[in-house]
This record gives sequence, C-alpha cells and structure tokens, in this order.
Amino acid sequence: MPGLEDLYREIILDHYRSPRNRGELPTPPALSAEGFNPLCGDEVVLYLNVDADGNVTDVKTGGQGCSISQASTSMMSAAVKGKSITEARQLITAFKALMSIHESKLEGADATAATEEAIAGVRLGDLEALQGVVKFPVRIKCATLAWNTLAQILDESESA
Amino acid sequence: MSIDLAAIRSEFPLLKRQINGKRLVYVDSAATSQKPQSVLDAMDNYYTTQNANVHRGVYTLAEEATSAFESARARTAKFIGAQDPHELVFTRNATESINLVARTWGYQNLRDGDVVVLTEMEHHANIVPWQMLSAERGIVIRWIPITADYRLDLSDLDALLDGASLLAVTSMSNVLGTVNDIEKLVAAARSAGAKVLVDACQSIPHDPVDVVAWGADFVAFSGHKMMGPTGIGALWARRELLEEMPPFLGGGEMIRDVRKDGFTTNDVPWKFEAGTPAIAEAIGLGAAVDWLSAVGMENIASHERALTAYALEQLTSAFGDEITIYGPPTAEGRGSAVSFLFNEIHAHDISQVLDEDGVCVRAGHHCAKPLMRVLGVPATSRASFAIYNTFEDIDALVEALHKAKTFFAR
Repeated sequence: MPGLEDLYREIILDHYRSPRNRGELPTPPALSAEGFNPLCGDEVVLYLNVDADGNVTDVKTGGQGCSISQASTSMMSAAVKGKSITEARQLITAFKALMSIHESKLEGADATAATEEAIAGVRLGDLEALQGVVKFPVRIKCATLAWNTLAQILDESESA
Repeated sequence: MSIDLAAIRSEFPLLKRQINGKRLVYVDSAATSQKPQSVLDAMDNYYTTQNANVHRGVYTLAEEATSAFESARARTAKFIGAQDPHELVFTRNATESINLVARTWGYQNLRDGDVVVLTEMEHHANIVPWQMLSAERGIVIRWIPITADYRLDLSDLDALLDGASLLAVTSMSNVLGTVNDIEKLVAAARSAGAKVLVDACQSIPHDPVDVVAWGADFVAFSGHKMMGPTGIGALWARRELLEEMPPFLGGGEMIRDVRKDGFTTNDVPWKFEAGTPAIAEAIGLGAAVDWLSAVGMENIASHERALTAYALEQLTSAFGDEITIYGPPTAEGRGSAVSFLFNEIHAHDISQVLDEDGVCVRAGHHCAKPLMRVLGVPATSRASFAIYNTFEDIDALVEALHKAKTFFAR
C-alpha cells in the first residue's frame, strides 16, 4: 500500500503553495490553450511565447485544481521555459513515460524498458517528485493535464 | 417505529469490507448506493433458475422470466405512487429517461423559440439533453437562479415560466442537498401551460415519493442510487403522454408489426423498450423497492434527517470558519448530500487523504458544472448518507478531516 507521502512529496506541496510562472501573456503573439479534466473539473490555462528560432522564451499559467494538477503545471512551466520546442517535446514524452503512458500499450518489462528509454538523457529534475502519482492511477490525469495542454499548443502551432 | 441499524447494516455484504486496514465508511450514496443481499440474490436467482428472454417464448422458463420482469415493473411503479404499471418505462438510468423525453416528446413538440425552463442546480443529465435540443431545434433555455441560502429563487418564477413549454427540475440537488417544492413548481408550471419533468434520482431513495401527488408529467430516476443495480432506471409518465409520444429506439419488442414498407408500434411501455431489456437488473430493482418498502421510507427519511443534522452540526462545531458548506445549514428542507470546501484544500486532495482512513467521499464538480460556476468553486467534497450509515460514520469523517488538515499544514 503506497503511503500518502509517496504522493504528496514536499516539493509538490511547495509548487502547489507557491506556483511558479502564474499569470497571462498577451495573445498574440503568445500561444495559448486551456485544458480541462472532465472527471474532476481541474483547469489549466497556458501561455507560451515562442521566438523565431523555436525557443520557448516565456511561459505563464492559470487555472485551478488539486495540488497534483497545479504542482505539475508549475513544474512543467519551470521545466520548459528557455527550452527549444524539440526539447519541450522530449520532456512531454519523458514525463508521460514517467506516468507509465506510452505510445503503444506495454506491460511489465517492456513498459519499464520503454520508460527508461524515454527518460534517458532528459533532465526531469523536480519533476521526478511526481513519480509517486503513478501508484495512484486515478490521479495520473491530474498530473498529465498541463502536459497534454502543452502538447496541444505545440501541435496547433505546428499545424498553423 | 424505530429501526435496527445493526440488522440493516448486516444485510449489506460490502459494508463488511476494510479499506487500508480500516473499517469502511461509505458516505457517497448520492453517487451510488450499496446493495442489500436480497437484491444480489434476486438477480442471482434469475440467472441460476429462470434465465430466458422476456415476452417471446411460451415455455415455462420464458413465462417465469416475463412474469418476474413485469412484476418488478409493477412493484416499482407502485413504489413511486403510480396508478398504472404501464406508465413505467424501463431505461438504463435517469440520464436515458431524460434523453428519451427530449428525443421523443421534445422532437414532437418543441421547435424554434419554444422555451424549456431549467434551474441552476440541475445535474448535467437534465441540462445537456436540452442543450442538444437547443442546438438542433432552436429551443430556448431559461434558468431559475438560486438564492444566497442555496434554494431556488422563485421571485421571478411566473415570468420565467411565461410561454414555456416545459419545466425540467430536480426534486433534490445532488450537490446542495436542497429539496425543491415540486407541488408548488408544478402548480406554477400548470398555470403557464408548461409540462413538468422531475429528475427524482436523489429523492426516491431517501423520501416517500408519490408521483401522482406531485402532479408532474415525467419523472426520471436510476436504480443504482436506490439499492438496486446499475444499468436499470425508469421513466414514469402520464399514460396519455406516452401514448402520443413517438417511439425512442427502434428494434425488436417495440413493434406490433413490421412489413417491408414500415412498422407499427407496440403498446406502452414496451413501445419505448427496444431490444432485450436489462432483465436481471429490472428484477434487482424490484427487490430493491421491496427492501426499501420493508424498512419503510418514513423510517429511512427520519434516520437520514438525523444523520444530516448531526453531520451539519459536527462539521460546523469542529471546524467553524475552516469549512464552508454549500447547501442549507439545517436538516430542514434538505437531503443528506453535504458538499463542502475545507481549509482551502482541494476536494481531490481531501478525498485522497480520507481514503487512507477508509472514508469514501465524492470529490469534484458532481456533474453540475453550471452550479459550480454559480457557486464560484471548481470542485467540492461531498459526503452523502443512506439508511445504513451511522453516527460513528460521521465521527469518522470528522476525525479524518482533522488528519487531512494536519497533513496539509505540515
């Protein structure tokens, strides 16, 4: 039985109480998207400034939700700020792998190997504190909401 | 008459479970109730001794299955005060019942500019079917607002109902616990010439309900919130309305005759029951209303009122300003759903920590997002009680909230 301390690590509560990069950016030029978790009502609003070279120069976040969704949003904003879009995409893949979410359905040793491969070479830093969420399956959606919203912005910007 | 709570609890096998090594404290009956052994046995008995399709065969098994299925309909109809068992249509749940009305009566009677009046405290099940009709048919939706004390604001009721075709209203809010005065609302709707649909999901399991005394036209409810299984619900409607309404889904059972150039429909209620129905679940629902009747709805209402009063009092006295209860502050004119915000801790986090102590509360928007927006909160925690809950369950809830407070204050 995983304990609550596995889920609510100190660093998560710190990001929840003092979220980084809260605010808005003028759109345009900023890219923006809203994410909803229809099961529980968590909301995330993201603003991204991306320069001509494809670097994320600024990130702001809004929305409301549980500690896991809001801490994950805060950590995500800190992790992608200053990164290139390519690096941001690697972070999305690595973070989702950390949450045991893979492009194809994998189980057991294959899933572990795929997780290790996706995470290899990506500096997750504070984000690793969210690893405990995986033991609480219903909360995985809370943790991935901000990342799915980020992916949505990147997809929309590329198709535009 | 008093009830033997220990005996009642012993009839619910699931209540013997432990969660995380703790006694299960199930206070989420507004989401779904637990099931007594008699309901489980009734369904098991059907599958082990009577399983056959209904309304088809002439052999003994088919006869018994049909008889058990139709008997369940008759007992369920009687339980809600219906005069005629054929006014009760079996559906999957209240959501399907309301969609049935929107898709049949609504399509037949509502078009551009026709008005459906809802309230701000409706469940999505009684909002979205009408919004779909609005998008497709151009009907207009008006909203009865709520007051600062979480009741319907009826000050402009006559104006809101003026020219309306339908009032669709919950008899008890699944979030606020507020019990609405259906007879009064029906009277106002009648004066305006509007039909009335009542979402009775939260009333039928907890209070004596008489659909004839209500005077409504349509009443929708789900089996699984009233000690019955999932997958079965019902729509009660006045017979003349059912006769006039076009069929819902097409297929077997709902027809009288089919030729290459068309079909004719079966009698009510089977006209609305295409395909093989949820036979075991209907029989389970029949056993559930038998169980509720044996305990007595007055006894159930009285025990739950005492639990609700105790919960409101304990939560308020233990936590004062640290807790905000969204709903009427006393047990008068309200049911047992108690929604709250606690110490600015998000409802999900509360629910997660309470689960450590085996306490099951609902967290989220309770499928009532328009109401949550009116309240200005993204989510609440909700405890809700049934006949099998005890005062100790409420003490356990309060104790677990103390622990949540300590945990998030670290």
